[in-house]
Amino acid sequence: MSTPDLSRRGLLIAGGTAAATPVVVPAQAQPHAHGQAPAAPPAPHVWEFFTGDEAAMVSAAMERLIPADPESPGAIAAGVPEFIDRQLAGSYGTGSRLYRQGPFREGTAEQGYQLPFTPATLYRAALPAFAGWTRQNYGRAFQDLDQRLQDEVLRKLETGEAVFEAAPSSLFFETLLANTIEGFFSDPIHGGNRDMIGWKLVGFPGPYAGYVELVGRHNLRFDRTPRGIAQAMAEHAHHAAPMNHR
Amino acid sequence: MTTRLPEVDVVLVGMGWTGALLAKELTDAGHRVVGLERGHPRQTVPDFQSPTMHDELRYAVRHGLMLDPATETVTFRNYQAEVALPVRQLGSFLPGNHLGGAGVHWNGQTWRFQESDFVLKSHLEQRYGRGIIQEGLTIQDWGVTYAELEPHYDRFEKICGIGGKAGNLRGQIQPGGDPFEAPRSDEFPNPPMPQPNAAALFTRAAAEVGAHPFPVPTANLSRPYRNPYGCEMQPCNACGFCERFGCEHFAKASPQVCVLPALMGKPEFELRTLCTVTRVEYDRTAKRATGVTYIDGMGREVFQPAGLVILCAFAYHNARLLLLSGIGQPYDPATGEGSVGKNYTYQTMAGVSVFMDEGTRINPYMGAGALGAAINDWNGEAFDHGGLGFVGGGYIAAYTTGGRPIEHHPVPGDTPRWGSAWKQAVKRHYNSTLSLSVHGSSMPHRGNYLDLDPTYRDSLGNPLLRMTFDFPANDRLMADFVTDKAEEIGRVIAAPRNGRVEASRRRGRYSVVPYQTTHNTGGTIMGTNPRDSVLNRYLQCWDAHNVFVMGASTFAHNPGYNPTGTVGALALWAARAIRDDYMRDPRPLVQA
Repeated sequence: MSTPDLSRRGLLIAGGTAAATPVVVPAQAQPHAHGQAPAAPPAPHVWEFFTGDEAAMVSAAMERLIPADPESPGAIAAGVPEFIDRQLAGSYGTGSRLYRQGPFREGTAEQGYQLPFTPATLYRAALPAFAGWTRQNYGRAFQDLDQRLQDEVLRKLETGEAVFEAAPSSLFFETLLANTIEGFFSDPIHGGNRDMIGWKLVGFPGPYAGYVELVGRHNLRFDRTPRGIAQAMAEHAHHAAPMNHR
Repeated sequence: MTTRLPEVDVVLVGMGWTGALLAKELTDAGHRVVGLERGHPRQTVPDFQSPTMHDELRYAVRHGLMLDPATETVTFRNYQAEVALPVRQLGSFLPGNHLGGAGVHWNGQTWRFQESDFVLKSHLEQRYGRGIIQEGLTIQDWGVTYAELEPHYDRFEKICGIGGKAGNLRGQIQPGGDPFEAPRSDEFPNPPMPQPNAAALFTRAAAEVGAHPFPVPTANLSRPYRNPYGCEMQPCNACGFCERFGCEHFAKASPQVCVLPALMGKPEFELRTLCTVTRVEYDRTAKRATGVTYIDGMGREVFQPAGLVILCAFAYHNARLLLLSGIGQPYDPATGEGSVGKNYTYQTMAGVSVFMDEGTRINPYMGAGALGAAINDWNGEAFDHGGLGFVGGGYIAAYTTGGRPIEHHPVPGDTPRWGSAWKQAVKRHYNSTLSLSVHGSSMPHRGNYLDLDPTYRDSLGNPLLRMTFDFPANDRLMADFVTDKAEEIGRVIAAPRNGRVEASRRRGRYSVVPYQTTHNTGGTIMGTNPRDSVLNRYLQCWDAHNVFVMGASTFAHNPGYNPTGTVGALALWAARAIRDDYMRDPRPLVQA
């Protein structure tokens, strides 16, 4: 493996022992801006990890991290809140690929993550702190602030200027940012990147393709509508019988 | 209560590339071989099938094919004065797990080392005088020569079906290939892959600055092929899912594609999965191993007696197994004595990004793991180091490995990290950014080593390996020198394309957080004598003649190339010695 990416921060952690009361909140879908037929409205998402208030708060935060603009939809339309909810309720949330034995002690930046939080316990600890800190310093819930103030709050998390007792605010911010980017660009089977909004933004045609005949056609404009794993599986199923007879 | 099994001729610890090769070679000679693999069995069908294999989140980001740190990790510190802490989540390197090991999720960039690499200390002192090697660097000769390994490089390339163009055929420099490569006895078995736009832009610019570009030797197949084991391979279709993924097309060389079809089912071979070897049982008086102890999938302890034990685990696991088994003398950085854990090295990576006008399309998703072009003008001993203050070097390459967007969304360094401006920059630069890799050597230093951690343990209760590492001054100078060259080439690419060039230089201490490479080398090194090395030139333990160790842990330093080609060549070289010599008359093959 060779592509160096020396600047990318390591993906961090989040979350908790679920126990959120399921609250049905209609997913905020908006027709995407690229002129294809509007997708069928998605089924309402039953929050597995977030409470209703938490979902409203983190959704607003994600929408500032990847905002809608006149050209393309943002994180909420792409289903990123639902993606992260599912991730936190699943094995990622429980820290399935973390070494979790003690003793825990502070290390250098070069030694990487050294806290006992799983992704789920981090979100669980940080969300009330985030809500409380914002209300205390700005007088309202994060989701009710205007966008400029929301950005200001997020910058104070990013720099650690917002001090939470329960968990480092900058760790929470970095985890939220990493998870938001994951939800925006991952295959739609994971619940985010709805209508392939993330892939259409950059022109990624989806994961299932062969290009060997096109590699040598330099500067080729390749505008194929993206396909995800689910569409590819449906096509496989459709072609299964004839392929078996080859 | 330990279950004792009947003795076998050979037990292999780990069934990745080297385990598969040794199993094939030794069963072909009629020996009874048991391969112990701590992960699950898996095959191209059904385990690597599309479309589900093409899931960036599951495999590239959540590390679906990698070793789970909850099972076993390493602890890390930069210097001895620090307290090492566990690598709690994978980052800088991604060791594989399960049958096939890292040979499943590698990219397929397949190189030979230079002739000078195997005799590096002698060569440097002869060419430049003794002062060329900085104080503290523990550079040594390997005990084997390139000429001895050449037939085995050739054979490994044919087993993998490598696509490339020879640059040095029996001493004759060939147009279109790498003029700095060591002489090869034969062409590559297959032609190079077609070259994408990024490689073409790099090739023209590199030639313009006087360098010698060529297509990277690739284990992504350029045409249908049958290898010497009779295994069938298919052409790569450039889907852009090599690194961190298994290949569903039978198009990337791997143990599953190139060796296991010819091995599984042979009556002489038995594969046992979910078996974690915890130690090699060692008779210190007789200086012999009696077999290995492992924990099976049910948690039972089992002793497998064997006439010959071959460690084929991922690089640093081999050092840990020797340390846990009490074989050899652990390296002591205070005195320089002992050899197990010595000369742990890595790879000194840097890079250059060229952000170009929107009309220049890289189409980064039309990729393959080893798809691209490179130059070796400033690698190893291809250039004169007189007056430069460092030894070693690296290649510069333009790879197009895939445009998977969670991890690939390059933006200029002054872009905000989130928000509208970030989103606009991601859209703007996704398809028009060319990345140059600077793939630098790693020289051994007396302060960089592996030993057992005093505090942290794995899920079975055994001490974790402790890694102490930082980049030596020599390697920082080297990386800056080669990155300057990459930047110069980047400027040539950028100039007519209204572009901008940004270097990611090797700065600060080594960190286990950002991904760099999975080229962890050294720790059980080969050499010319038992004071300085763990293994002799046949990869046989000086302290136990019936224990051999395979893999990149045997490298006395890590040159500026990817390791797998040399890992394969050394495994076949050792297999030949074991099969044709050792098994007929078990003894130390080199007198200490």
